[in-house]
Amino acid sequence: MSSPLHLESIQLAYDTPRGLHTVVDDFSLSLAAGDIACLFGPSGCGKTTVLRAIAGFEPLRAGTIRLDEVVLSSARSHLPPEQRRVGMMFQEYALFPHLSAAKNVAFGLRRLDRAAQQARVAEMLALVGLAEAGERYPHELSGGQQQRIALARALAPSPALLLLDEPFSNLDGGTRERLTAEVRGILKQAGQTAILVTHNEAEAHAMADRIGVMHNGRITHWLDTAA
Amino acid sequence: MQMTRRQPPALQAAGPVWRLASLAIAIGVLAPVLTLLWLAFGTGVGHWGPLFAHVLPQAALNTALLLAGVGTLVLLIGTGCAWLVTAHDFPGRGMLHWALLLPLAMPTYIVAFAYLDLLHPIGPVQGAIRWMLGFDSPRQFRLPDLRSMPGAIFVLGFVLYPYVYMTARAMFMTQPAHLLEAARTLGESRRGAFFRVALPLARPALAVGLSLALLETLNDIGASEFLGVNTLTVAVYTTWITRSDLAGAAQIACAMLFVVVALVWLERNGRRHQRFGSSQRMRAVQPRRLHGGAGWAATAVTALPVLIGFVAPALYLVWESAKRLLQGGGVSHGLIASLGNTIALAAGVTVVAVAAGLIVAWAARSQGTSPNRARWQARAATLGYAVPGTVLAIGLLTPALAFDAALATAFGWQGLPLMSAGIVLIVACAIRFLAMPVGGIEAGLARIPPAIEQASRLLGETTAGTLRRVHLPLLQPAIAAGALLVFVDAMKELPATLLLRPANFDTLATWLYAEAARGTYEEGAIAALAIVLAGLLPVVLLARNQLGTAPVAPVPEHA
Amino acid sequence: MTQRLGARTPARAAHALIGATTAWLAITALPAHAAEELTLYTTREPALIQPLISAFSAQSNIKVNTVFVKDGLLERVKAEGARSPADVLMTVDIGNLMDLVDGGVTQPVKSPALESAIPANLRGADGQWFALSMRARVLYADKAQPLTSFRYEDLANPKYKGKVCIRAGQHPYNTALVAALIAHDGEAKAEQWLRGVKANLARKATGGDRDVARDILGGICDIGIANSYYVGQMKSAKEGTDARKWGDAIKVVRPTFANAKSGGTHVNISGASVAKNAPQRANAVKLLEFLVSEPAQALYAQANYEYPVRKGVALDPIIGQTIGELKVDPLPLTEIAKYRKQASALVDKVGFDQ
Repeated sequence: MSSPLHLESIQLAYDTPRGLHTVVDDFSLSLAAGDIACLFGPSGCGKTTVLRAIAGFEPLRAGTIRLDEVVLSSARSHLPPEQRRVGMMFQEYALFPHLSAAKNVAFGLRRLDRAAQQARVAEMLALVGLAEAGERYPHELSGGQQQRIALARALAPSPALLLLDEPFSNLDGGTRERLTAEVRGILKQAGQTAILVTHNEAEAHAMADRIGVMHNGRITHWLDTAA
Repeated sequence: MQMTRRQPPALQAAGPVWRLASLAIAIGVLAPVLTLLWLAFGTGVGHWGPLFAHVLPQAALNTALLLAGVGTLVLLIGTGCAWLVTAHDFPGRGMLHWALLLPLAMPTYIVAFAYLDLLHPIGPVQGAIRWMLGFDSPRQFRLPDLRSMPGAIFVLGFVLYPYVYMTARAMFMTQPAHLLEAARTLGESRRGAFFRVALPLARPALAVGLSLALLETLNDIGASEFLGVNTLTVAVYTTWITRSDLAGAAQIACAMLFVVVALVWLERNGRRHQRFGSSQRMRAVQPRRLHGGAGWAATAVTALPVLIGFVAPALYLVWESAKRLLQGGGVSHGLIASLGNTIALAAGVTVVAVAAGLIVAWAARSQGTSPNRARWQARAATLGYAVPGTVLAIGLLTPALAFDAALATAFGWQGLPLMSAGIVLIVACAIRFLAMPVGGIEAGLARIPPAIEQASRLLGETTAGTLRRVHLPLLQPAIAAGALLVFVDAMKELPATLLLRPANFDTLATWLYAEAARGTYEEGAIAALAIVLAGLLPVVLLARNQLGTAPVAPVPEHA
Repeated sequence: MTQRLGARTPARAAHALIGATTAWLAITALPAHAAEELTLYTTREPALIQPLISAFSAQSNIKVNTVFVKDGLLERVKAEGARSPADVLMTVDIGNLMDLVDGGVTQPVKSPALESAIPANLRGADGQWFALSMRARVLYADKAQPLTSFRYEDLANPKYKGKVCIRAGQHPYNTALVAALIAHDGEAKAEQWLRGVKANLARKATGGDRDVARDILGGICDIGIANSYYVGQMKSAKEGTDARKWGDAIKVVRPTFANAKSGGTHVNISGASVAKNAPQRANAVKLLEFLVSEPAQALYAQANYEYPVRKGVALDPIIGQTIGELKVDPLPLTEIAKYRKQASALVDKVGFDQ
């Protein structure tokens, strides 16, 4: 369920009229199973791009991304996102507005039969503390509740890796603190490998085991958190 | 990103004058419908017998088949092309994304007539096919006749799909990209993400576009009649004209109104559900470049509706007009006069319809004491769109002429002044097309946050002043879009004009129809071409207004 | 999302529109100040009657305002009521003309000129309607067809299965023919005939009369029923035009009725009445009298390729050659008008146009 992640000297860039703009270069990262790492830095430093590259939404120019011995991306190959077993929580919640909370959580569980789906959905909803909210629609839930459903949805298919793209920045202070602690608890309990991306220092310290401070496409240094 | 279920009630926005005017407009729109009902049931149901037994079932079945066929075709073409153009990049996309709107400039009867010629056994297409297959004469080989139900579905489908394309594309363009990305992280392929996320979210918009296209289909008389498909509209027409049975025609028309009400409900429902919100930092879908064969395939698929729905008929008209002009016509004086009349009529109708639409939409937002009454008036105002032009004209004749006569007596004028000046015709067309400005302006008003109005009032401005200084400028896109649509439709209008026009007054459409009635298609082509050309400019402006000036370029995201 | 147009453009455009419309309305609403005037409501295509109208205006100095009403002439005049500006009502098809009379929007006219020029069976006894020209409903056939004579009833013969083109059964030209068949052969036989013809149709009963010729050329059918004047129009069209090609593809046979010993062809008419509330009654009668005068009747023959009602007026040579001198079926037109509703109901019953 949780797997080691290896990024080896990856390069991410895109073409502009003025030539090649390199976002991230010779970037490496290793993550042990069950670790929660954080990429921390100001906007524009490349942290979200790295996350999206791991998810499969950005192509690599050079280097390799391996998850649990499977090559996700390299300069020559690119596994589509839906085959990567990588889950993601977005800043803008991204709950499907036309589906109820329960159906949202069940979205990635199509390979299971009905009974197994229902059981898993119930399990995940209980895990995030929203067992009775299954029939409600996203617009009927508060911001914090929506993010919990988003977490439940991302964890339901048992991903090998969970990516969190500044998931708490749209929430107010009190909710954010509470949720951060809760989510860390859930992830640790499940032994889930995860990478968090944020520009909020308190969040980084509360969530992660290790913080990689990024600047201009590179990790300048690593911090071990007390947690 | 919490969506508030209820908007705080608007301030008492519309005063009594507005509401009275709105009520008058609603009554004005309903008057022809009520006259129709009176005509239908006033003379008793004695002659329903043969009508029910022979005419009505077949006509109803034909209409149902036509609606089903056209509905399917426009949904497929409109949605498919909208998705291709929004989420992908391929050669020619920059031009195709607005070119797909071009068939809006083509009236259905002109396209039917063009294809009848183009696809006739002695026409160019079959001639080419015969030449390729080595046949000499049409008697040795010919394709099935276009004059059939499939033919009518084909013609109408490829001309009316822009209604669905427009709404679908607007919807897809504003769908947040991360919804689709979330779907992909949950194991769905691109196709899966489209069918399970993008498409269901676009359903309200598709419902709106579909209902508009189907209303147009229901109203169409020219193409259906020409292609030999006896729909309810055609039955209304022939019952009135050839069977000289106005009451019977009114009865069939009333039956049609049920279908119409259903379609209008579908559209209203769709607009109401378009509330899946937009937060500030919504990143839209980035088009994915298609390479090689896939790219050209996409180009072919999106170019096909443009070719069939616009380019082929337009080229046909140009060719026929050129032939006519070279064979020593020249353009007759009457045709030029018709052009002037057409533009003047369309302009007059647009001004009246937009003004009336503004009044109705403004009055409808008053939440004060009777929100339901105001909304009822707004809905009543849209009924005119659904009634076929001829039937509306018949229904309008009696009350309008009574009013005209009363007016003339009161002022001591001769004859029928309103009728002679074309006012009755303008009113009839305005009633027909009122739905567009009402709907557009209502939607525009809904997008203006109440806080803006509250701020204006707190700064000392009156309601009317706020309307003038705040709302009207903010409503410009909505008003402009509504005005453009009304203008284009008024230029193409035929049945009501034929019935209600003053002496010596021809529009391009009536000119064309007269030529076609005489069977001299070559001359009619020039009038048809003029209609299409004049209708092009509003369509192009509409395209830029609705879809933005340039499509989103495929640039990869960076942190 | 939605791009705003330039902030001032729509306002300016709106002002321009309002200005233009006001000006246009002002101009058209001004009461006309012509010396002598006449208002003509007609269902005939303007180009067909324009030569006649111009000749009349030139001769009489009366300005004619023409309103072309494609459908609903009766509806419009009835609704206009006593204030209607219509002076002359001109239409085609005896059924339509009788509808006007029966609808009470015409008035009787006594005029020796009209009575002497028009045979009695082609005008109303009380002067409520007058025929101005005739058209025969004839058979168009592919030149290769070995036909020299034809009876209307033969159209239902199974040997023509899949070979017949005709316009909509409900079209007044056709319902008049069916009405004539009812008068000659009885309703039951007429219904049988309709079913037989429907079974013989090569394509849907729709389109116009000229489409019959076009479809014969296109190989869709071999024979069809259409009006005589189109033959003149097509065969005299410029060499190389589509109309000429269609005209050159057909030959014409004057059909007769099986049961009628007289051997006449079915005709319909174009005609006119003076409107009941005509403000310019005298001018209206002048127009009618002009239209049956020799020069006008010659125009009907030459310009429109129709058959004049006035005796002794020469036919257009093409008509004379292709169709020949017309022997009119002596069935009174009022009989045809009488059976028209039945004819229409039969067409519905048989589902001819479906």
